[in-house]
Amino acid sequence: MLNQDILDKLEKIVGSSRVSWQQVDLVTHSFDATQRQCMPDVVVHPTTTQEVSQIVKLANEEKIPILPRGAGSGFTGGSLPVRGGIVLVLTRMNRIIEIDTDNLVAVVEPGVVTAHLQRKVEQLGLFYPPDPASKDFSTLGGNVAECAGGPRCVKYGVTRDYVMGLTVVTPTGDIIQTGGRAIKNVVGYDLTRLIVGAEGTLGVVTEIILRLIPQPEARKTMLVAFTSIEGAAEGVSTIIRGKVIPTTLEFIDNSALSCIRQAGGDLGLPEHTQAVLIIEVDGASDQLDPQVARIEELLAPLGVLEIRVAATQEESEAIWKVRRAISPSLRQLNPHKFNEDIVVPRSRVPEMIRALEKISAHYNVPIVNFGHAGDGNIHVNVMVNLDEQGMRETVEKVLKEIFETTVALQGSVSGEHGIGTAKQPYIAIELSPETLGTMRAIKKALDPHNIMNPGKIFPELNPESPLPLLENSAV
Amino acid sequence: MSNQKDLEEYAHVLQQCVRCGACQAHCPVYSETGREGSVARGKIVLAASVLSGQVVLDERLQEDMGLCLLCGSCVTHCPNQVPTDKIVGALRRKITDQHGLSSVGKKVAKVTGSKSLMKTLIKGAEFLSPLLFKKIPESSGLRLRFSPEILKGRSLPPLAERTLFDRVPEFLEGDPEKGIVTVFAGCALSYIYPQWGELLIRIPHRLGFSVYFPKKQGCCGMPALSSGNSALISKLSETNIGALNKKKSSVILTGCASCRGMLAGHYAEKSGSPFDSKILDIHQFLVANGVDKILAALPQKKQTTRITYHDPCHLRSEGITREPRALLQALPQADYVEMEGAGLCCGLGGTFTAHHPDLSRMIGDKKSSGLKKTGATIVASSCPGCILQLQDIIDRNGLQMQALHTLELIDQALTDEQQS
Repeated sequence: MLNQDILDKLEKIVGSSRVSWQQVDLVTHSFDATQRQCMPDVVVHPTTTQEVSQIVKLANEEKIPILPRGAGSGFTGGSLPVRGGIVLVLTRMNRIIEIDTDNLVAVVEPGVVTAHLQRKVEQLGLFYPPDPASKDFSTLGGNVAECAGGPRCVKYGVTRDYVMGLTVVTPTGDIIQTGGRAIKNVVGYDLTRLIVGAEGTLGVVTEIILRLIPQPEARKTMLVAFTSIEGAAEGVSTIIRGKVIPTTLEFIDNSALSCIRQAGGDLGLPEHTQAVLIIEVDGASDQLDPQVARIEELLAPLGVLEIRVAATQEESEAIWKVRRAISPSLRQLNPHKFNEDIVVPRSRVPEMIRALEKISAHYNVPIVNFGHAGDGNIHVNVMVNLDEQGMRETVEKVLKEIFETTVALQGSVSGEHGIGTAKQPYIAIELSPETLGTMRAIKKALDPHNIMNPGKIFPELNPESPLPLLENSAV
Repeated sequence: MSNQKDLEEYAHVLQQCVRCGACQAHCPVYSETGREGSVARGKIVLAASVLSGQVVLDERLQEDMGLCLLCGSCVTHCPNQVPTDKIVGALRRKITDQHGLSSVGKKVAKVTGSKSLMKTLIKGAEFLSPLLFKKIPESSGLRLRFSPEILKGRSLPPLAERTLFDRVPEFLEGDPEKGIVTVFAGCALSYIYPQWGELLIRIPHRLGFSVYFPKKQGCCGMPALSSGNSALISKLSETNIGALNKKKSSVILTGCASCRGMLAGHYAEKSGSPFDSKILDIHQFLVANGVDKILAALPQKKQTTRITYHDPCHLRSEGITREPRALLQALPQADYVEMEGAGLCCGLGGTFTAHHPDLSRMIGDKKSSGLKKTGATIVASSCPGCILQLQDIIDRNGLQMQALHTLELIDQALTDEQQS
């Protein structure tokens, strides 16, 4: 509990209607999409950079943890107030300040919902590609903090690739500008890239300059059914090696398909389908058919049962319906889901998939794999029933082995969800003590009192003995 | 006996919420407030916290629970279909059980219990003729839904002299082979818009059906649900179930989206539908009986009126969006255009508008640009509450439009045909 003096000061900064320490408000800001709960001490809704700066200065002086929060839809605990303190809700800072059609740049506040910006720029023939699954409700501030990805990243890259500049309130309350509107900029360190993906541990982003691109003229969706999982996995790397970069390249394995079938979904797929790729290409309309033909040619030798190319919007929608049916159907297998967003270089996707099958068989635990694959990002879902005796320990072993294999294949333990609290136990599998030490040094230099989203990314204990397994979200 | 579930009975359902946040994209209230307590996910966490004792039913909680239109958008779009509207209903009943009726609910209870206050109410609501107000049963949701707090400063329809019960007989004989349909009109179509209520009875009769309109029916209970008044809901549902089951009929027809939501949804909350026949929205019934085809076959008028349609939440969330459009598109006297944001909530939300008039207006005003862009002079809908709110939005934003019930347009076409 914070003392009254601090609460009074907060009220003085933003007005009493935008500060609350009533239990109801604390409870509604105590969670995110990880199903864990940590209570904050006070919830504040600032509306300007100046207000944020004053609040952070106060927090720094009084050494109170402070936690920027957008939609609270993260998967790794990035917005959990693990040490209490001030939750800084940025949803009311939701103005699209400017869309500069001369320079193809948008300037936004962090509370703007991703899809809102996308709709707005698309009306002007422009395009903001990053499309996390949560784009209809996640905020751009949250996307920047986590460096969000999405299916279109295969061709267009991730959030980082579209952030040109930021206004940031540093952990000591200073207001700084990083980057800018010019395409080229080599003045000093690239602080923009440091802040993007820092999970809100190095400051509060209060304004974002985003790069836009012209909207592609047309799009075509296709579904390819394979006789084997290896064939489909091989397909991913074959397409890339064949120098075709689709907009999206989604992989669905047979366990995911059978979950949909068990949930009563009719996929209309050939009987012996073991895996599916959903592929979308975009560009000028006359470039689409040649791209589709090239993909068909590349995939033909890999055991293809059927290739379905959507001729209409409805047919394309029917294909995507297959993909969207997966997540809700996973409960068919087991009640608890551990969803890990590992990523490997694209050529290593087949090896990774084979390794996952082996791990699944060895521990006798169902692992469902699907996801973006085209950028090497596989959503690995370990489905278990934690009520079974010894299952917690088994899951811990399974996850550790998955992450070790990922890193051995030159991959990363998280492609787009971040570390937060959920993946702290595994960060040392990927990062050497020296690398982690460098990161800690940066954190220490910018945030001497460790007030800015403390308890995230870095393992709290000795990296040799990781934190106990955190309970992950159960779909 | 209550057909509503207690909050405790939803305990296991609360666990189905995975806190993903998808409801944020669809909640009309959250889009205005940006506050977690306004949206389904926050309310579910609060409901769980009430059960665990982590939060108490204090004023702050009541305020957040009041911030729900019961529109059902969050339920439709939830990956796990968590029934937040029902959970909020259960929580509001819990609040009422422990603290009594609050705000509007309390005022209404006071008013109906005191003659002097009743007079003040009538004085304050000059537009309501004392005569008419006397005719509205004390248990009617109109006393909540169209109470002076809600009607203050609002565009109102001229009130009808005769209620629906004075306008039509209890039973209208039709072609014996066609069978009987039972009609549930609800308060607004009985007292405020009886001319539309009459169409709900006359059009099926014109199609050859015998129509049973039991006089014993009362308010559906939506406003009572909205204000958490469990005793009143039980009383009303008991009356209505008895009245509507009295005569064997093929279907029970509704012409008010919210009434339909109550009868088909909330009455069935605990142990399935209490009715002997299926509840059908009038549009579903008309399309099933080929009225869209009949309308399409009529000679097209030379002079047409441009019209559009607003989806009432309680039809949209049940997937009833195609039928009203099929009928409107088939009209010979109208040129139908789809409105941008046709499915956006109008912001009325039962007693919501009385508790939060400014927020209700802000949500409603989101419709104005869509309405304007259509260039239509008529916006049709099929929920009297929506129609009332739409006319208010139209007038407040200086648009040249009229909001009316789809049945009026359908009747117009059928009557013109008969006369020519």
